[in-house]
Amino acid sequence: MLFSLLGVAGLYFYLSHEFLAAVQIVVYVGGIVVLIIFSIFLTHASGENMPKPIVWRALVVGLTVVFFTVVVCFSLLNHSFTMPILSLQTPMSPDIKTIGKQFLSITDYGYILPFEVVSLLLLAALIACIVIAINIKVKQ
Amino acid sequence: MNGISFIEIVCVSTALFFIGMYGFLTRKNMITMLMAIELMLNSVNINFVAFNSMLHPGKLDGVFFTLFIITIAAAEAAVAIAIIIRLYRKLKSIDIDDVHLLKW
Repeated sequence: MLFSLLGVAGLYFYLSHEFLAAVQIVVYVGGIVVLIIFSIFLTHASGENMPKPIVWRALVVGLTVVFFTVVVCFSLLNHSFTMPILSLQTPMSPDIKTIGKQFLSITDYGYILPFEVVSLLLLAALIACIVIAINIKVKQ
Repeated sequence: MNGISFIEIVCVSTALFFIGMYGFLTRKNMITMLMAIELMLNSVNINFVAFNSMLHPGKLDGVFFTLFIITIAAAEAAVAIAIIIRLYRKLKSIDIDDVHLLKW
């Protein structure tokens, strides 16, 4: 999983989105993977008495998944995307300056409202984690 | 664009999405299911960035969607792991079938 996340970051680098690649590495590889590894350590003792995955279900799901992957890739290969004419629209460079300016602009294509909403969501997640993790003393 | 073409990036994202879906549908371990969800969100991010930078390079909307998805995925993973550890302390199990506390 770590290598697949790093591979996604490499794809962003390839598409010349350096800021996105940095965010991907910091948030996923630095944050989420560490959290998941910690939780695996904390719940390690439960791993042995888990039941084995059911074979026929894995088989059915695997066949379905392979089938749909082949179908989607086949239709993608047959579909011809209209590549843009690069002389008509100037490509915007996805550097940090442009992203930050558009994040906080209040004009037509600004993203100030979802930015604030997402900050509220992060605060809510923080409080929710504290509330879940705290030990509530039940009064007898 | 020489090197990797657009189709190949989208095919990689398709494969990643269906690997995540396979993991989500077959496993009973809650942490594994969470990792599968993260894989699916990642493939959606690749799609957004690929479509934005190759088909509509004049705008940056896909980049913003990707940033918001990464933020929400981080928050979701934190809350989900908090819930999982809490359930583990209560039930001594991370099997998804053992969690029927809310079932009436």
